[in-house]
Amino acid sequence: MIEKKAIVKSETGIHARPALAVVKVAAKFKSEVLIVKDGNEYNAKSIVAIMCMAAVKNDEIIVRTNGEDEEAAAEAMVEIIEEGLI
Amino acid sequence: MLKAIGASLGIAIGRALVIREENVEINEKKVLDSQHELTRFDNALKEAIAQLEKINKDVKEKLGSEKAEIFEAHLFMLMDPEFIGSVQKRIGNDKYNAEYSLQTVAEETASIFELMENEYMTERAADIRDVCKRVLNILMGIKVASIAEIQEECILIAKDLTPSDTAQIDKTKILALITEIGGKTSHTSIIARSLELPAVVGVGMGIHEIKDGDFIVVDGEEGIVIINPDEATLKAYETRRKEFFESKNQLLKYASMNSTTLDGKTVELAANIGSAEEVENVLKNGAEAIGLFRTEFLYMSKNALPTEDEQFEEYKSVLEKMSGKPVIIRTLDIGGDKELDYLPMDKEMNPFLGYRAIRLCLDRTDIFITQLRALVRSSAHGKLKIMFPMISNLQELRMAKKILKQCKDELKSEGVLFDEDIEVGIMIEIPSAALISDILAKEVDFFSIGTNDLIQYTTAVDRMNEKISYLYDFYHPGVLRLIKTVIDNGHKAGIMVGMCGEMAGDTKLIPLLLGFGLDEFSMSASSILNARKTVTNSSYEECTKLTAPILGFGDSDEIKKFIEANSKK
Repeated sequence: MIEKKAIVKSETGIHARPALAVVKVAAKFKSEVLIVKDGNEYNAKSIVAIMCMAAVKNDEIIVRTNGEDEEAAAEAMVEIIEEGLI
Repeated sequence: MLKAIGASLGIAIGRALVIREENVEINEKKVLDSQHELTRFDNALKEAIAQLEKINKDVKEKLGSEKAEIFEAHLFMLMDPEFIGSVQKRIGNDKYNAEYSLQTVAEETASIFELMENEYMTERAADIRDVCKRVLNILMGIKVASIAEIQEECILIAKDLTPSDTAQIDKTKILALITEIGGKTSHTSIIARSLELPAVVGVGMGIHEIKDGDFIVVDGEEGIVIINPDEATLKAYETRRKEFFESKNQLLKYASMNSTTLDGKTVELAANIGSAEEVENVLKNGAEAIGLFRTEFLYMSKNALPTEDEQFEEYKSVLEKMSGKPVIIRTLDIGGDKELDYLPMDKEMNPFLGYRAIRLCLDRTDIFITQLRALVRSSAHGKLKIMFPMISNLQELRMAKKILKQCKDELKSEGVLFDEDIEVGIMIEIPSAALISDILAKEVDFFSIGTNDLIQYTTAVDRMNEKISYLYDFYHPGVLRLIKTVIDNGHKAGIMVGMCGEMAGDTKLIPLLLGFGLDEFSMSASSILNARKTVTNSSYEECTKLTAPILGFGDSDEIKKFIEANSKK
């Protein structure tokens, strides 16, 4: 299992469009991909869960991955959350 | 005959196809064989996914990937392990029927979104319901008339059209759109304009007079629908339809041309817009810039002041879509005839001479600063120019620029990247500003003459007052002299002078304004092709010869006659 911290940089947080982008990245990996915010776990492969998470700018979150490609998954998730969202 | 809102230009004649929405009732049932129910649900899901994949692909091809994004989100919802997992649990563990299980999970999820304070998220509740309905229809065997499957030419009649409906419109089959609800800026209208389909919206209950298969005429300009017209009416509309297509085709060649006169002087033809959604149409009509982005609509369409981030997104979206072409964004021009429900203002005797536009912004600096910060931040995404409205004296301009500088300094210290050299200009719409335009010109990068208010203030005519509206006159020599003064003063200081009132798009006046030396003409997007036709067929030198005689006339009728006589030459 791997855990990495990330900070939401997107001005509007993770609303609908960014949520789609996050889920698309998570869906590429075989590992379980979770985002932990305020102690709650959200399945990063679920667009509904990610939208319910309602992360806003500057929220600090933890990406938790578990599985055969956990390393690559964690890296890709941090990248999309910190730099890939508009 | 029905009269409603003409939302998209053009004439269509054809058979009506009425789309009715069925009300379905979902019953709560327990099932004995939950395995069979789960299979039924999975099959319905697969079919819904196949439908969405097709729509997604079609929309991407027809309208671009940005418009298709919504369907991609819908697809991910149907493949969502949590959302679909909850439905499956309800079927498998609680032994409810698939319809009820899906409906309840979708409603629970939608209500979570509805409770969020973020507007983006509350809208997603509609998406969940839309997706759920698609699967429910499949489960219940309800055949929804698919717009994509329409084989014969027809005019669509509906209560309203959803994004999934309009995305499936095949322009060779669907001739026009008529809806019961909606206005000029509703989804159906925007899509109709982007597809160039005639549309009449907001017909109201009268829409029920149209029966499936009726022969109808649609006039998208006047907002008229005629059911089963007589022969004479039909003939008249057939002629009008032909004329409309001919002039449109003729004009189309001007979309990709430069706005250069016969003798080589190039001007800028720009568009006026009120929202980011209009940009597509602006580009289609070959505008070289946006000469006026009225930000009021951003404030009027909400029930609270738009936040810095909300404004930033809108400005950024316009700038990005214009990909480097100049975009002049005017700061808030509220007051006068435009009010905000959530910003109560005292009743005034003369609202047009009162607390509005820059006057309000310099008083409510909190509102002004929020907008300026959003603007400055957006400048990193394109060629932004900022314009202040209703400037009447030098102090106001200096004060507005000072606040802008504060915003820039603040953002800089916050480490935000932006264009350091954003051009700043003012509207010239008050005679006192026009008369000191030589002085103002030294402190700005451009002028834009707002003719609608300039005429009103110069001639002391309230153009809404029908008794005196005949005095509201583009051709008043006083107005024309004032315009010429502003252009000359701007040029002496080496700055661009544009115009963003109705006058700028008037093909009769364009030669005159060309001759005056106007650099930029900003008008509604639909006027641009006609304007370019006029510009490219004019000789700048010939136009300049009009100036001296026109400035010598005392009577606007003489000016009109003189211009007409010259245009015939």
